[in-house]
Amino acid sequence: MSGSADRLPRLLALVPYLMSHPGAQVGEVAAVFGLSEKQLIDDLQLVWMCGLPGHTPGDLIDVSWDGGEIVIDNADTIARPLRLGIDEASALLVALRMLAATPELAEVPGDALPRVTAKLERAAGEGAATVSSQVAVDVDAAPDALPRVREALTGKRRLSLRYYVPGRDEVTPREVDPTRIVVVDGRAYLEGWCYRAEAMRLFRLDRMLGVDVLDVPADPPEEAEPIDVTQGVFRPSPTDELVELELSAAGRWVAEYYPCEEVTELGEGRLRVALRARDEDWILKLALRLGDTGRVVSPPAMAETVRREAERALALYAHRS
Amino acid sequence: MSRRKTERLLNLVICLLATRRPLSAEQIRQAVPGYDRDGDEAFQRMFERDKNELREIGIPIDVVRDPWEDEPGYRIERQSYELPEITLEPDEAAVLGLAAQVWQRASLAEAASGALLKLRAGGVATDQPVGTGALELRVDTRDPAFPALWDAVRDRRVVRFDYRASGSETVRSRTVEPWGVVSRRGRWYLVGFDRDRQAPRAFRLSRITGQVAPVGKAGVVQVPEGIDLRAMVGFPDEPAEERIAVVRVRQGACEGLRQLARAVHPGTDGWDEAELAFSDPERLAGWMASLGADVEVVEPPDAREAVIRRLKGAMA
Repeated sequence: MSGSADRLPRLLALVPYLMSHPGAQVGEVAAVFGLSEKQLIDDLQLVWMCGLPGHTPGDLIDVSWDGGEIVIDNADTIARPLRLGIDEASALLVALRMLAATPELAEVPGDALPRVTAKLERAAGEGAATVSSQVAVDVDAAPDALPRVREALTGKRRLSLRYYVPGRDEVTPREVDPTRIVVVDGRAYLEGWCYRAEAMRLFRLDRMLGVDVLDVPADPPEEAEPIDVTQGVFRPSPTDELVELELSAAGRWVAEYYPCEEVTELGEGRLRVALRARDEDWILKLALRLGDTGRVVSPPAMAETVRREAERALALYAHRS
Repeated sequence: MSRRKTERLLNLVICLLATRRPLSAEQIRQAVPGYDRDGDEAFQRMFERDKNELREIGIPIDVVRDPWEDEPGYRIERQSYELPEITLEPDEAAVLGLAAQVWQRASLAEAASGALLKLRAGGVATDQPVGTGALELRVDTRDPAFPALWDAVRDRRVVRFDYRASGSETVRSRTVEPWGVVSRRGRWYLVGFDRDRQAPRAFRLSRITGQVAPVGKAGVVQVPEGIDLRAMVGFPDEPAEERIAVVRVRQGACEGLRQLARAVHPGTDGWDEAELAFSDPERLAGWMASLGADVEVVEPPDAREAVIRRLKGAMA
């Protein structure tokens, strides 16, 4: 909201905000509007130059910020904010409908959800209600693990998990101090301090094969910082090895499933991608799964590992077919 | 936007809201500072642009044509400008706060925070934390086609785009009447009527290449009554019938497979035998091939052949 193109809409929200929060502090208002104090003062100075036709002192908006306390007067014409645009109302309504579709996950107490949805629909008008019914976010059914995970969260207790890692076809025991539940793109994850990794980790709830709430209080260490999921859940480390794959049209799904550092079209639907391999075993399994729809280009040693493992596996079939 | 222009526009909004009677362009020119110093033509152009800019940010400007007057009159009707009175209980405000943080990026994140700001400006407190604060919900819209399709759905407008069907070597142009967009397991789909196929279809946004172009006028698309968008992106082609595969598993390996197996029968030659439920032999083969020399699919033959084919492909 700090760009100059957004300035008019901002001013048309700022004035009503100041009217409904008399005596608000400069710092506090700047934070609400995502501005620096200097930018806010500049906005106030601009507002102070505007008003009703005639533009005598009696017509102009009166605003002062002595001692950091903002007082506004003579702005009755624009005392109410502009109504919600269709996009604005729809963005909120789609999200509310998503929450409503997952009562177990959203865990909204009482009937606050239908109440606020109805109020927002009324305030938004017909257009937004229609659009928001045409955009839907499907959320997976609540996994079986949810009640026990939630029990541990609310009771602040440590969890013992048996966790399935499909990329390595492993089930590993984990002790985790849960911090919160994160739902990203319709899938539920537990965020918590993992004692095995000695780091904060996300665990997909539907990959928990066993969940026990331990009689131990959760006590994540101080360095346990919440994981930033705004860039997605799967974020390989930049220090992981960079692997290049060539994919046929039937192997393009790899580029849709995993974050690639580079994607090059090779024609006829073929792709070359570069991605970070979490470990060698993961990339080996991916290459074997792909069969003739993808092959490792580099590093060459990795390509050789794939070839050798495929050969060993084929030997099993040779003696019986 | 320059400071002078912002000032002029703000004065224009106040002027048009304050007036009881519609004002002619000339009256507006006299009343709003910033218009007065330019010639007639320059003023006309500036006024046209200003009206468009106000409409773009959602300000409804009425144009009143009185049969007795030559010039149209302009005004902003308070009722259609103002956010209606809305009061939220603390629990309702908390839910709204949770909803507003769902969108991660770009257009919708901005729209959601803009809406929240207007509501706060209108006196609604929206900053209470919800429940325990131990929940965060996020939805990504990183597909480049998303904003254009959102607009098309909103404006009921036909779209055309290039699309690569799953596994296809070629890209084809599609013309679609959009009925809606649906996110399923982190992937966005466009659902609509495919004009080329003359049938309803779902398209994965990540397989759209290049621009999404609007075709024809807004307001044309008719969404069929009672349509279930979510059901249209289901996987109806996945056979419900379950088959059983018999798989030899090296002892001490494939822990995950063992967990997911229907049954595991211990063997004596260093290998156990597991029974796995499956429906699509190709999907099963992908999984089995990924386990390399730790498994051997014994039966059924189609799954066994599929694994052999993949392993040979990986050898090449």
